Amino acid sequence: MNRLVTAFALLALALTATADTTAVIGGKVHTVGPQGTIDNATIIIVDGKFFAIGTGIDVPDGATTIDASGKIVTPGLFSPVGRLGLIEVSSSAGPDDSAQRGTQFTAGFDVADAYNRRSTLVVINRIEGVTRAAITPAPGRVDNLGNVGHVLSGLAAIVNLGDSDALDLRGAAMVVSLGENGSRYAGGSRTGAWLVLRNALDEALDYRDHEVDFERGMRRDYRHSVADLEALQEVISGNIPILADIERASDIEALIDLSDAYRLKAIINGGSEAWMLADRIAAANIAVILAPTHNLPFSFDALNARLGAATILIEAGVTVALSADVSNPSHNARNITQSAGNAVADGLDWDAALRAITLTPAEIYGVADTLGSIEAGKAADLVVWPADPLELTTYPEAVLINGEQISMVSRQTLLRDRYLQSDSSRPPAYRD
Amino acid sequence: MIRIIIVMTAFGLVAAGCGEGDGNDNAAPYASRYEALPSTATLLTGATILTGTGERLDDADILLKDGRVFAIGPGLSTAGAEVIDAAGKWITPGVIDVHTHLGVYPSPGTASHSDGNESTAPVTAEVWAEHSVWPHDPGFVTALAGGVTAMQILPGSANLIGGRSVTVKNVPGRNVMDMKFPGAPYGLKMACGENPKRNYGGRGVAPSTRMGNVAGYRSAWIEAADYRDKMAATEKGQGEAPIRSLKLDTLVGVLNGKILVHNHCYRGDEMSVMLDIAKEFDYKIAAFHHAVEAYKIADLLAEADTCAAVWADWWGFKMEAYDGIRENAALVDRAGACAIIHSDDELGIQRLNQETAKVMGAAARAGVDIPPERAIRWITSNPAKSLGIEAMTGTLAIGMMADVVMWDGNPFSVYTKAERVYIDGALAYERGNDAVNPVTDFTLGTAAGAGGSR
Repeated sequence: MNRLVTAFALLALALTATADTTAVIGGKVHTVGPQGTIDNATIIIVDGKFFAIGTGIDVPDGATTIDASGKIVTPGLFSPVGRLGLIEVSSSAGPDDSAQRGTQFTAGFDVADAYNRRSTLVVINRIEGVTRAAITPAPGRVDNLGNVGHVLSGLAAIVNLGDSDALDLRGAAMVVSLGENGSRYAGGSRTGAWLVLRNALDEALDYRDHEVDFERGMRRDYRHSVADLEALQEVISGNIPILADIERASDIEALIDLSDAYRLKAIINGGSEAWMLADRIAAANIAVILAPTHNLPFSFDALNARLGAATILIEAGVTVALSADVSNPSHNARNITQSAGNAVADGLDWDAALRAITLTPAEIYGVADTLGSIEAGKAADLVVWPADPLELTTYPEAVLINGEQISMVSRQTLLRDRYLQSDSSRPPAYRD
Repeated sequence: MIRIIIVMTAFGLVAAGCGEGDGNDNAAPYASRYEALPSTATLLTGATILTGTGERLDDADILLKDGRVFAIGPGLSTAGAEVIDAAGKWITPGVIDVHTHLGVYPSPGTASHSDGNESTAPVTAEVWAEHSVWPHDPGFVTALAGGVTAMQILPGSANLIGGRSVTVKNVPGRNVMDMKFPGAPYGLKMACGENPKRNYGGRGVAPSTRMGNVAGYRSAWIEAADYRDKMAATEKGQGEAPIRSLKLDTLVGVLNGKILVHNHCYRGDEMSVMLDIAKEFDYKIAAFHHAVEAYKIADLLAEADTCAAVWADWWGFKMEAYDGIRENAALVDRAGACAIIHSDDELGIQRLNQETAKVMGAAARAGVDIPPERAIRWITSNPAKSLGIEAMTGTLAIGMMADVVMWDGNPFSVYTKAERVYIDGALAYERGNDAVNPVTDFTLGTAAGAGGSR
C-alpha cells in the first residue's frame, strides 16, 4: 500500500514540473524515524523536504541524483549546545557574541540576532555532517575588567548550517547556570543562583498577571527589565524549556523540585551526576545533554562523573542528547560522532547513539516535527558516509541541508590543499 | 612479518643522560625511586602486534619476562609463563603522552590545586614541575585505562621559560619520586606566542609582544652561556665561582645537551624563529608542542630533527590556533619529520589512540595513506624519542621495558578499549577487574573509585 501511495505521490510530483527534485539512491539509510533502517533505499527530496523514502521507488525524470550505493546515509547531525556562528576565535580575538557582559539584560538576551552562517566554524563543522545546531548563550564572565556574568544568560536558537534561511527557531530555550557555575554569577553561593532564578520566575509571573497595572505605574518595579520578563513568559507558560547548566546530584534534585513547583520544562546540560538519579529524571520528563567522555571530577560538583552515564540514563527512559567533548564544543561540534561512538563503546546501543546526535536534540528543543530524521515532510538534511559514521576514520562524502548539497570546501581544506602541494618554488601565498 | 622467533639472551640498557643538578644516583635528592609492580612472566598469544618500530605482526605472540620484552614472534613456547589468549586482540607499546599537566593541574580543578604555572616572572627555569605533582590526581588512573604507561608532566605556558618537566611511569605512588621514569632526562618547558605576552603584558611588564618574547629568550640564554663559561673557567682554576643559580643550572643543562627543550609554540613563523634562536645559542629543540601550524614548516622540522607534538583537531580557541587542520600530524610525518599526538588534556590523554585515528581518516581523505603500524609511532616511539627514553620504551623490540597494551580490537576504532596494560611487565590495569586496578585516595567512595573510570 505504501508503494501505491508513493506511486500516486510521484505522479503528482511529475505534474509539478518546476519542483526542485533530488534523489539519493542505493544507500543503507538509517532514517532514525518509523521506517528504521532500509538497505538499498531511494530517498526523494522535493523543494528541500523529504518526499519519499523506501525501496522500489522510481526516480523522477530530471531529478539530481546522488549515488549512495554501498554507503551509509543518516540524518544530518544536530549539535545540541555551543556557540556555532556566534564566535570565531574564543580567546582574546575576534567577535564573541555569545554572552552579555554588561548589566542591561539577562533573560532577554537573544543569540539569534548574532548568528553568522558564513562563520568559519559553521563551514568547518558542516562538511563533517553537522547540519543543525542549538546555539546557546554563555553566562559571560566575572573579571576585574568590569565584565559580569549572569545566572540567566538568555535565549538559545536553532539554526541550520546551510546557505540560506539560517534561523530555524528563535527562543528555543532559556539558558541558566546553576550549581557551582551559577554561584560565580550570584555572589559566590549556589543559593544565590537559585534565588536569582526563582526571583526572575516570580517577577515574570507577577508581570504576566499585572501587566496593565505595571504599564500604568501601579505596580512595584521589578529587578528584571521588561525585555527579560517578556522573554520569561514562554518559560513560565511551559512553552520553552530552561536549559540548566548543572552537574551535582543535589542540584539536579533541586531542579526537579523547582520545575515541578513552577511547571517548567527543563533540560539538564552537563549532568555529571545525573546517572545517579536516572529514574527520578525520567519520571520528571527532564532531558539531559551530556558529553559521554566527561569522566573526571573536574570540580566537587562532578565527584561521581563516570563513563557509561548515557547508557544508564537512556536505559532508564531519560531523553539524552550527546554533545561534543567539553573542551571545544563549538569549534569541534563535529566531534559529536566521536562522542556517540564512545557512548557505544560504553554500552549504548548504536541506533540509540545515532538518535542522540540527530533526532533527540530536535525533540529536546521541540523541533522534531520538522527536523532530526529522514521522514517524509521533514527538512531534507542528510549525510552520505563511506562507512560507519561513528568511526573516527570516517568522513562524510556528501552533505545536504534543506535538500541542497553543500560545498565540501572549508578554510581548513584550503589550507590543507595549499600545503599538500610539493611545489616549493614559490611561497605558499602564491599557491592556490 | 617476522618468522623467526627472536629470544632475548642479553640486553644492554642505555641510560639516558639526566640533567644538571640531578644524578642518576638513587641516593640523590629527588631522584627516581620508582619500583616496578610485581610481575610474572606473561605470554600473550595470537595477536596483531604493532611494534612501534613501523612493523605489524599478524597472529604473533609476545613474551614479557623480568620486566622486559623477552621474545616476540609466532608460536613462542608457553613454558613457565602465564598465557593470555590474545586472538583478535591488538598489542602495542604503552601509550606515551609527551604533554600533560596531570598532577600539577589535577582534578578537581580548584584554585588550591593550581600548581602548574609559576607565573610570577617570565623566566622561571628554577622551578621543577615534579615539586608540584600530586600523585592522587584521578587523571593518572583514567589515563592508565586509556593505555598510557608513561608521560611528561610539564609546567604551564604562562612563562617564556616555565621550568623543568618530569617524565613519569604511570604507576601512582606516594610521591613523585616513586613515579619518576628511571634514567629519563629532564625537559625544559618554553612557551611562544600569546600566553606569555598576554600574561605579562596584561600587567604592564615585559613581554607584551612577540618581539618581547624573543628578547626574553635570548637574554636568558646569554646569561646562561656566561654562567656556563664562568663555571668552566673556575674548574680550570681561573676566576671566582659564581653563586650557584638554580635557574642557570637548568639553562646550562640545555646548553650541555642534557636537558631537552619542549617548546609550546603554535605558529609556523614563530617556530621558525625559535629554531634560529636554538642555532644562535647552539641548543636543540626536542619538540614543539601544540604546533598547530607544523604542517607549514614540516621540512624545517625534519631538517632540525625536531618533533611536532600536536592535537588531532583542536583549533580556533585562540588566534594562534586558527589555522589548525586535522591532517597536521600526517603532513609532518609525510615530510619525514617526527610526528606526535599529544593531549594537554585530562580527557584527551585517555584517548590518544582515537585522536590518532581521526588524523588517519583525514589524511586518507586527502590522499595520504597512514597505516596503523605507522600511526602507532605517533603515540609510542616518537614521543619516547622526544623524551630521550627511546632506548628504554616506546617500541616492542627485544630488551625494551615491557610497557605494553593489549586492546580488545584495532586501537584506531572508536569502539576499542585497552583491556590490559602492562608496565615493566606487571599488570597495572585490567578492564573491569577492580582487584587489579588502582584507586586514588581522592576518588575513594566515589564512582571513579568504584570502577566508574573504567
